[in-house]
Amino acid sequence: MGDCHGCPNNIATLAPPPGMGAPARSHIVAIVGPPNSGKSTLFNRLTGLRQKVANFPGVTVEHRMGKVKLDQGRDVFVVDLPGVYSLTPRTEDERVTHDVLSGRMKDLPRPDAVLLILDSTNLSRHLVLAAPVLSLGLPTLVILNMADDLKSRGGELNVSELAMQLGSPVALISAAKGMGVEKIFQFLSGTTIGAAPKAPLIQLPVIQDIPKCRAWATNIGKKTGYHAPAPPLWTRRLDAFFLHPVAGPLVFLFVVVAVFQTIFNGARPLMDGIDELIKTSGIWLGHLLPNEALRSLLIDGIWTGVGSVIIFLPQILLLFLFIGILEDSGYLARAALIADRTMARFGLQGKSFIPLLSAYACAVPAIMATRTIEDKRDRIATILIAPFMTCSARLPVYILIIGAFIPDKNVLGPFLGMRAAVLLGLYILGFVAAILTARLLKSTVLKSRRSSFMLEMPPYRWPTARSLALRLVDRSKVFLMRAGTVILGVAIVIWALSYLPLHEGKPPAIENSFASGIGHFVEPAIKPLGFNWKIGIGLVTSLAARETIVSTLGTIYAPRPGTVDYAEGQVAMGGQNLDAKSIGAEFTLGQSITTLNGKAEILLTPGVFLRLGPNTSATLVAAGLADTRIRLDRGHAMIEVDQIFSENHLGLTQGSFAIDLLKKGSYDFDAAGKNVRVFDGAAVATGGTHRVELNGGQELNTSATSDAKANGFDKKTFHGDIYDWGRDKGLQQALHQDMTLGGAVALLVFFAFAMQCMSTIAVVRRETGGWFWPGVQFAYMTGLAYLCAFVTNHLASLWA
Amino acid sequence: MQLSGKKRSSAKNLTELKPGEAGVLDKLDLPEADAQRLMEMGFVPGHSVTRGLSAPGGDPRVFRVDGSEVALRRETARRLILK
Repeated sequence: MGDCHGCPNNIATLAPPPGMGAPARSHIVAIVGPPNSGKSTLFNRLTGLRQKVANFPGVTVEHRMGKVKLDQGRDVFVVDLPGVYSLTPRTEDERVTHDVLSGRMKDLPRPDAVLLILDSTNLSRHLVLAAPVLSLGLPTLVILNMADDLKSRGGELNVSELAMQLGSPVALISAAKGMGVEKIFQFLSGTTIGAAPKAPLIQLPVIQDIPKCRAWATNIGKKTGYHAPAPPLWTRRLDAFFLHPVAGPLVFLFVVVAVFQTIFNGARPLMDGIDELIKTSGIWLGHLLPNEALRSLLIDGIWTGVGSVIIFLPQILLLFLFIGILEDSGYLARAALIADRTMARFGLQGKSFIPLLSAYACAVPAIMATRTIEDKRDRIATILIAPFMTCSARLPVYILIIGAFIPDKNVLGPFLGMRAAVLLGLYILGFVAAILTARLLKSTVLKSRRSSFMLEMPPYRWPTARSLALRLVDRSKVFLMRAGTVILGVAIVIWALSYLPLHEGKPPAIENSFASGIGHFVEPAIKPLGFNWKIGIGLVTSLAARETIVSTLGTIYAPRPGTVDYAEGQVAMGGQNLDAKSIGAEFTLGQSITTLNGKAEILLTPGVFLRLGPNTSATLVAAGLADTRIRLDRGHAMIEVDQIFSENHLGLTQGSFAIDLLKKGSYDFDAAGKNVRVFDGAAVATGGTHRVELNGGQELNTSATSDAKANGFDKKTFHGDIYDWGRDKGLQQALHQDMTLGGAVALLVFFAFAMQCMSTIAVVRRETGGWFWPGVQFAYMTGLAYLCAFVTNHLASLWA
Repeated sequence: MQLSGKKRSSAKNLTELKPGEAGVLDKLDLPEADAQRLMEMGFVPGHSVTRGLSAPGGDPRVFRVDGSEVALRRETARRLILK
């Protein structure tokens, strides 16, 4: 570096071709350019989908590598290097660019040629980078991008004169529009046969002296008749609006709310769709597997575990679509500018804002989005605090615990319910922990001068669909590969822990499994927080992903078939009153359950729930292995069938009709109104000699058998209070019995702080280039979670 | 680009520019690395700098220099001395 080329001003002779036929290795061409010069657009234009993202070994700087198809079946690899203003290795980005170009990068041979891309609308300043790049002596094509802008804004330039002055070929293109790119293909073809002009032997300034380099660039500009274009008018006009003292912050808030809404609500239908798809395909796949253990591994382990990660894909794609639009249009720089002052209070900077906002959806894409922060300390600080933001995986846990322990009362009139207030409080709690941690980090281990915020405001541009689409493909690949592999491994381990040891060749009840052993093992440690061993199992499994605890607790607290799993209000069975404590009471043959001013749910057989509304009485008239029958004596009941096998008989008698349920679905029985309704599924009603088939959306009047026939009814208009409570309520009631209020609130606090997410740990390791930061982060967050849960539990028990 | 500990109250710095006002940069009173980075971004002594818009509250501010717009925090802008 830095050698002065005091040689005559001429174009080098062609290097001899390195032998005919196929080259020994593929040729590599590096794309170098300042930030905002259009490197990535050009890279996408050249490679299309033939690209992959990777980190350079040992450092966190990401680069993309792609294959460019040339004619005659030849191809060449191009590497997209980080945007740099110079090759002086001062920042990580510059060091990578410098090392790659000088052949010092491990695992990557020195490039055979360079594509130097500069913004033609700002050539005098961008040409400064040409000095160090040309002094490398590699065959270089100088690409002047944004030719369309230059022209429309009245700038001009003599391209062939510039090529003379630089001693290298020059191409004037528009990467976004694909104008002039054929010259680049020509150049790349030349490199593969060694026909590209070698070292440009021209007089270059000493490259460390920036004012001299700048003067050199101005001089070259003068000689080539460079006429800078008029300032970008539209950018000025848009900035007058987006950076307006009043309108600016409003637009900013609007964008923030839109991003938040989209990742929260907009992704919901897609996520539900994927969830349904995973469940259905899991069951379908299960039928193909003969072996019970294999089926369980595949469905309960792999399918569910990996599914819990894939479900976040819509959120991630929407988030990156947003970030892509914001970044490519140029608004992101303005948003960073607006947010900077606020973020500076916490020791962070404007560019941390979007990643932190995204972390409300999921910390994984948020941590990937920190790549826009050039300052390494700020970036690490942002990565470390991002998992404190309340991600969507915490939500199911919060909803379960809040539903079980917090009464449904209003605190601020009808505007704010107590449950919503607690949920909001948890969001605020995470945010406060994040900013306090940021301050702590930035005043200690990640201390840096505050002055390091220097942000170039790029002109506004229309984002292109092509570049947005490529970005989404890119991000989903990275997400699925990185997070998916870790989750797969952990999912298998956790499945094994709860499936083993086998008991008489069968999987054990969860309380006898290895997972339970771990739960009991950690119990002494978590007892002070108010958690028992069952919560312990949940915590162990939630290390993979937070929301796993909900399904784990669901399994642990699952009601046994043939028992009452929910009771509320006045309910009696066999003459004895039932209350919340009688959950698990057996419903035996011949017994009746009667509700007065209450409701009850009974798990009849695995996956079949009988729900009784108020003033209802039902009797179990058959309870065989393959035959279960209920008699509805009076009132209103429904049966939800989630699982049924063809050899099982399941039915209900109402009046003179016996109704057999044939398929999964929900069925409604109204003894008073003398109606049977099939919402989903299929049933057969037999009354005397009459036999009526009922399908989804059909009802039957049971008052007389003579003219009985199926009639259609509108599923949408018919809605009873009895349908609103699912099995979650049962789990909530069971938890309510098994935990104190202090323990429950402590559990909420624990989940607000603890880093229970393998995907996040894996991504932090990737992004920080080692185990140090994820280790620190895990220890800090879990320690804080433990401490705060401990304090919460004790405070709450003092209070209660 | 010099490291100078002396306070020069007489010289005008970038924060004193009014919106739309321009001045010629004299020197960058910043640590070497920051000064180099700013010069790469266009803040080369002898070049003209124009104050542009700013974030709400007036900090950071955008400056037009050498064909581009760069946002600087007040602490940084204060150390860029005008002629």
